[in-house]
Amino acid sequence: MSDSLVFHFDVDGDNFTSAGQASTQVKKNLRQLGLSPAIIRRVSIAMYEGEINMVIHANGGTADVVVTEEYIEIVLEDRGPGIQNVEQAMQEGFSTATDSIRSLGFGAGMGLPNMKRYTDSMSIDTVIGEGTTITMRVNLA
Amino acid sequence: MKISMIRDLLDADVLCYGEGLESDVYSACGSDMMSDVLAYVKDQAVLLTGLVNPQVIRTAEMMDMKCIVFVRSKKPNENMISMAEDDGIVMMATDMRMYDACGTLYINGLIGTKAVHV
Repeated sequence: MSDSLVFHFDVDGDNFTSAGQASTQVKKNLRQLGLSPAIIRRVSIAMYEGEINMVIHANGGTADVVVTEEYIEIVLEDRGPGIQNVEQAMQEGFSTATDSIRSLGFGAGMGLPNMKRYTDSMSIDTVIGEGTTITMRVNLA
Repeated sequence: MKISMIRDLLDADVLCYGEGLESDVYSACGSDMMSDVLAYVKDQAVLLTGLVNPQVIRTAEMMDMKCIVFVRSKKPNENMISMAEDDGIVMMATDMRMYDACGTLYINGLIGTKAVHV
């Protein structure tokens, strides 16, 4: 693990325009590491969806990305309202987003399913009223 | 299909040239919902959309797309144009509506992609 790289980002919850900046930066960093475009795309899409979720549902939070020789791990932590029903939230098409969020192109109920689809593992640790931590891994080996 | 042909077929105004109009592209998708775009990866190189905000460009960037076409006369602001230019993405705007723009490209050989979940 001594060879692992860690990237940390604060995700601003008040600014929809800047949402995705952390994912954009991670994509650039992974390109510099010479990883395959397919892996980079999976990581960056999963993180981007998570980042958007943090902005529209949880007033921002933090994103940490760890790159080892075996995997890339993305940890998204927020202090938002928590997810009432994780099983329901994982269903494609289910969303609690408002019409104003939909008018911005999100809230189609595809965020969490997309994050699961593009990663090899994903866990959701959520406490109502306290926040949510999502941990995703994409295997490299 | 070359990106320059997309411009010609849609009678579109090019707003930024990114990595140029001579790249070949083989598939496209049309949607105003970015998460739907992000759900289906199969090397779509062109995104047609009526949505105008910076997340359109970020979505295209995450998907490694080469070209964004705004339909229904939608125009992005300077900040969005500059983002696309930095990402090497060609951006253009057409007066055509989504259905007509997609149909025009399709019948001229730029087929879509089957919905393949990765």
